Amino acid sequence: MYQYDKYDQAMVDARVAEFREQTRRRIEGHLTDDQFKPLRLKNGLYLQLHAYMLRVAIPYGTVSSRQFRMLAHIARKYDRGYGHVTTRQNMQYNWIKLEEAPDILADLATVQMHAIQTSGESIRNVSADQYAGAAADEIIDPRPWAEVIRQITSFMPEFSYLPRKFKIAVIASDEDRVAMRWHDFGIRIVKNENPENGAGEIGFECYAGGGMGRTPFIAYKIREFLPPTQILSYLQAVLRVWNRNARRDNIHKQRMKILVHDLGEEEFRRQVEEEFQNFLALGQDVPQAEYDRVAAYFAPPPFETGLSDEIDRSDPDFALWADRQLVAHKAPGYAIVNISLKPTGGIPGDMSAEQMELVADLAEKYSFDEVRATHAQNLVLPHVRKADLYAVWQALDAAGLAGVNLDLVTDIIACPGLDYCTLANARSIPVAQRIAERFADLDRQRDLGELKIKISGCINACGHHHAGHIGILGVDRKGTENYQLLLGGSGSEDVSQAKITGPGFDEAGIVDAVERAVDRYRELREPGERFIDTYRRVGFDPFKESIYG
Amino acid sequence: MADTGETTLLRFRDDAVPDEPAVSLDAFFDQSNATAVRIEAGDDVRLLLPALDRVRLVEIDFPRFRDGRGFSSARILREAGFTGEIKATGDVLVDLLWFMRRCGFDSFAPDAPLNLADVEIALNHYPNVYQHAADDAVPIWALRHPELNRGTADNA
Repeated sequence: MYQYDKYDQAMVDARVAEFREQTRRRIEGHLTDDQFKPLRLKNGLYLQLHAYMLRVAIPYGTVSSRQFRMLAHIARKYDRGYGHVTTRQNMQYNWIKLEEAPDILADLATVQMHAIQTSGESIRNVSADQYAGAAADEIIDPRPWAEVIRQITSFMPEFSYLPRKFKIAVIASDEDRVAMRWHDFGIRIVKNENPENGAGEIGFECYAGGGMGRTPFIAYKIREFLPPTQILSYLQAVLRVWNRNARRDNIHKQRMKILVHDLGEEEFRRQVEEEFQNFLALGQDVPQAEYDRVAAYFAPPPFETGLSDEIDRSDPDFALWADRQLVAHKAPGYAIVNISLKPTGGIPGDMSAEQMELVADLAEKYSFDEVRATHAQNLVLPHVRKADLYAVWQALDAAGLAGVNLDLVTDIIACPGLDYCTLANARSIPVAQRIAERFADLDRQRDLGELKIKISGCINACGHHHAGHIGILGVDRKGTENYQLLLGGSGSEDVSQAKITGPGFDEAGIVDAVERAVDRYRELREPGERFIDTYRRVGFDPFKESIYG
Repeated sequence: MADTGETTLLRFRDDAVPDEPAVSLDAFFDQSNATAVRIEAGDDVRLLLPALDRVRLVEIDFPRFRDGRGFSSARILREAGFTGEIKATGDVLVDLLWFMRRCGFDSFAPDAPLNLADVEIALNHYPNVYQHAADDAVPIWALRHPELNRGTADNA
């Protein structure tokens, strides 16, 4: 994985010093709270209900054992012994003291980590496929380009005070595991298949204008094929069109998705292309040589050859786990291991410092020192020898990390909700817990198959309810928590936006409503159909009938 | 003593200070002898490009420090080859200065005075930059590849 050179380290160290200075000026009263707010947000510090939250960037979801141990150290020293994996592959801490934040950032910098631009009106951490470098279906490893983009979008002067946040995702497979089209800017790395046009070279299929929030949009494809070494010009063109033309009078209307929608896809594309030509002419793009330098860090690890693909399945509990949590690896004899952070009754995405250290140890010993954080708030050990799987499972099991529910009904995405967040109207975590308890029976979960439930505690949609096969949106209804049910969304390559079924429910009622929808699916499904497939085939009405009786 | 000093005018140019008041974009086109123009956050600075050769000063206003449209305006002027003064006015805070300098601003007339010691620190935090802008800073990627001829940076 990528290693900082002296330049990267100096920039991150400078950032720590700058933030220490800014915090001093705030504490001494030279900065108002209003003036300080964007500065702390650009360093990942977000004020929640009870304390500051710190969002630490895990660029493209890849983290080393040493870094993961530092994340554990921070959880223990500055928080309450826990961390929380987010839908954009970052790590959040919920109980941070402002005056300690510069020390935390300094600790992170010692392991080449940071919280730069992880909140506020910034170009955020770049998401990428959690199986990058391991997936059997990828064209190339998307992370080197994600790292190049990370660097060029750090401290961009022209785009340092954007209208709103700006999120980028990069994938390199047909399968979309990071909800790419729900991002402001999405890249799917493709190979030119047109034989008349020098077939075979790599390019970027570009998408723009996606986003959740109160006005959800799925990103439009705005370019079929961008030569990768023109990405800086192209990104700047997109950012400039948005920065110059976005509304500035209403924070809820300032995301790029609103501009793309208001201008229309065609006009937005036209303006971007015009600005793109302008930037290209400046000749300021990052050359192939720099990509090659970065890509060398992501060379495949030294996989052993001649390994057996046999897995000893004699322990039935292990076999159950292996059937669900493993994904095909591109190297023979290896597997991708998914670690569930969704234990029944737990908080989705939460893990203790001890669990982080255990995972770090396992990564060091069995996975070429790499851990991945996933969009669905789980972890991955990307490169495990099949012969080591049983030992890995035993260690995970002993730490409460051997859950069997990847992509099943209890693998729920949830935002922090009213338990932590000032924006929330309703709690998300208890709803996730009640649903997980209701469907705890593993045979039932396996029978139901892939079913993605996503829960947000308010219309800002951090829990991605718009993209849930089943989405749940918590609202405030005359002072009580009320939950709306949505059906038919997807964050994957079959992307779609979920639709609200009708009147909302209370906390107990929403769990029952989910169960009625799920039972209806079982009645209607045809062999091999997932919940979303059945929904798409039969439509909304049969489900609505069951839910509302 | 510099560290207690405050200022409402910072200038990074050696030439004479333009003495003509800046006029609005509309007024500028009505007055063929005007040489100083004021760009509001919502103005399209590109309208000015055909007339740049008679402009000595462009003031770009920041109505609120969070409104970053002026960064694009300044950089567009520099990309068009403008070498006159670009002054940031309005809600100009010390933590914006480094970004503003990189976008081509070379003078600052903030509404509220800036502490000179803070300015000195804020402009010198970062040893390098990750990308080109309107200044002459060499991006880190170029420092990593001295073998590439910077004179012909067209790698498209």
